[in-house]
Amino acid sequence: MTDVANPEQMLFASTTQAFLDKEAPLTRVRDLHAADESYDPGWWQRAAELGWASLLVPEELGGGSVSGDGVADLALVAEQVGRSVAPGPLHPVSVVLAGLVEAPEGHGDTIEALVAGELVASWAVYEPGRPFDPTASATTATQTASGYRIDGVKDRVEAGDRAGALLVTANCDGTLRQFVVPADTAGVTVTPQRSLDMVKIYARVQFDGVEIGSDAVVGSAEQTPAIIERQRQVALILQCAELVGILDTVLGFTTQWLTDRHSFGRPLSSYQALKHRFANDKMWFEAARATTAGAVAAVAGRSPDAPKLVSIAKAYVAERTPVILQDCVQLHGGIGVTWEHDLHLFLRRAALYRAMFGSPEDHYRTVYELSRKQEDVHA
Amino acid sequence: MTETVTTATEVGEMPESVTEFAARARTWLAENMTRIDPDNPPFFVRAEQSSWDRATEMQRKLHAGGFAGICFPREYGGLGLDLAYQQAFDAECRTYEMPLILNVPSFTICAATILDMGSEQQKRDRISAAIRGEEILCQLLSEPSGGSDLAGVITRADRQGDKWIINGAKTWSTSAFAADYGLMLARTDWNVPKHEGLTMFLVPLNSPGITMRRIKEVNGNEEFCEEFFDGLELGDDAVVGEVNGGWAVASRQLHHERRAVGGGSEFASGRGAENASEMPPDYMAIAEATGQSDEPRVQELAGRALVHREVKEQLIQHVSTSIATGALPPNAGTLIRLFHADTTELEVDTALAIAGTAGVIDETGDGGVFDVGVRYLSRQTGSLGGGSSEMARNVIAERILGFPRELAADRGVPFNQVKRGRQ
Repeated sequence: MTDVANPEQMLFASTTQAFLDKEAPLTRVRDLHAADESYDPGWWQRAAELGWASLLVPEELGGGSVSGDGVADLALVAEQVGRSVAPGPLHPVSVVLAGLVEAPEGHGDTIEALVAGELVASWAVYEPGRPFDPTASATTATQTASGYRIDGVKDRVEAGDRAGALLVTANCDGTLRQFVVPADTAGVTVTPQRSLDMVKIYARVQFDGVEIGSDAVVGSAEQTPAIIERQRQVALILQCAELVGILDTVLGFTTQWLTDRHSFGRPLSSYQALKHRFANDKMWFEAARATTAGAVAAVAGRSPDAPKLVSIAKAYVAERTPVILQDCVQLHGGIGVTWEHDLHLFLRRAALYRAMFGSPEDHYRTVYELSRKQEDVHA
Repeated sequence: MTETVTTATEVGEMPESVTEFAARARTWLAENMTRIDPDNPPFFVRAEQSSWDRATEMQRKLHAGGFAGICFPREYGGLGLDLAYQQAFDAECRTYEMPLILNVPSFTICAATILDMGSEQQKRDRISAAIRGEEILCQLLSEPSGGSDLAGVITRADRQGDKWIINGAKTWSTSAFAADYGLMLARTDWNVPKHEGLTMFLVPLNSPGITMRRIKEVNGNEEFCEEFFDGLELGDDAVVGEVNGGWAVASRQLHHERRAVGGGSEFASGRGAENASEMPPDYMAIAEATGQSDEPRVQELAGRALVHREVKEQLIQHVSTSIATGALPPNAGTLIRLFHADTTELEVDTALAIAGTAGVIDETGDGGVFDVGVRYLSRQTGSLGGGSSEMARNVIAERILGFPRELAADRGVPFNQVKRGRQ
């Protein structure tokens, strides 16, 4: 999601948009919610056929991107997904793939199945009662004769009720490692957790003496921190890009509302109090777009500044988006708090993303720490 | 033709490439200019005459070396090169002391406007003198009777024989005490609507009939001036643009001002912060000085301000690119203007919150953290100068979002019939 998209990206964007318009409009989101469903697996497979799950995967592993910049292409898809707060496991599948492609040895089949949309996987990183900290885990991996035994509990696992595989962070003799655990392995118990979002279902996953082979481990102990950081970065830019898509859509229909709606014989858009409020919203939106583009470019280019730039983007976008959306509710008046109006569909996902993978407040502190370290380096 | 310095571009047949130009600048800067630490730039107080003397001295040096007025046309004393050369020079001079205070308003607003709207003589005389480091230009726009309503100025220029006689007052003129000429907006026709009866004059500031006074701000700063005109006489050669066409000239000034403030003017040379009070607060240093380095509350407050500071830079980049591609209209520069003002308020508040009592009582006696409190007193300057934040929100709503204009009771009304409040 850069400022200047190339022709391939523009074509990809319009194909993606057409697919979403046809197959995942807001009415579909409402229908799924009414049926207590998160997404239709057949629909996700069709999305995968459009290449949604292949963007982060190199060609030699069966993937490929439109523009050669898979991270930017993926952010573009996420932005489009945000426009209709579409369902589907784009987020968990992309984060798992971001990790696996860093150390693909022994995981070729998993990658291939994920790219094809035949398998859904999710990152099991949160633990009950604890904040997001991908560098620590109370879940343990104990070495056995044939591999590892996993014990512990994870939660807030997106699409955990549907996932065929879980990428689990676990403490192995004092070192953090990641393991691919098939969800149907004996000892894995999945309990769905509802979320504020209309169609996103999360899960608590318990691991009781879960035996897995030695080939389940992802990367070496030395590689693991960098792989986890990469997953964190991809998770955060996907959130930001989706939030930008949400903002673009909501500001678009709110602009129309302000223009069309009349009170006391004049359009709402002629009242200075409302103009000023909405001028702020417009400014914050452009800033959200700007910082998201900066983070996407840094992650795509594997910049040394990427850890800081993704935290800056997440902090800013997730701080401002709910504020802007609530402004839009206020500008709509009473209709804005009805089930019938679509505003809450967007607000739900925005509130969810504000909290997940670190709140703005968490990221403020991360940015402070990273800035302090940079200063020490310069000193 | 005006005297121009010989540059290497004239020597050979092939024009000098940007890389060659940059390499030549690198060598010249190392031999002629003073090295500085760009993170701790030298303190240039605009309110002090010595700063201006130092700036013009450096400007003369740059001119002698053939590195002044890079993007100004050659016939007016510049080098006639495009933006890429200026950007290359900016990169090279980052670690050298530069006459940064000459950028705004002298070069980027006044000289740029004269270049667009001035007479041939004005361009030859004033632009080249500024580039040579011999003259400084300023703006005489705001008046005591009104701030944001620029077109409502009531300083009058009356025709008397072949002269214009000026009476009235101007205020908030940036660095006017140090300037030689000022672009002054005056009313020349009171029987037409406000925008149609204005004329811009280029005023020699040492003329009889001008009394200048410094304005003292809450933080003690005395950079801005006010001027009183009592029968100041000007000739037709002082008119910039057309008589009664002054609004078009003022609009160019505002256009150049927006570009300059956003960091987007090709006529600025050097891009560093002018002085320490322009540097954003150092939260780590404040936290350390007050023993709060490991306070999570402090880290969260400071982290938030640092996030907004970085996003401001990203927004400048995004808006510039979007204006260039047409994704945003040219007025989108106002987004940067407003974001800058809001971020400044956040930064000043954050510094004060972290400083605690050390920001209001000089606990250590060295003024270090106490400066945070002094700066807080003029927190709103960024949200007022160059048009208030409220005006910026109007521009965003009306010119970017396309919402209806605010009602203007004076629109289309002859100025002498417009209500002007108590005089």
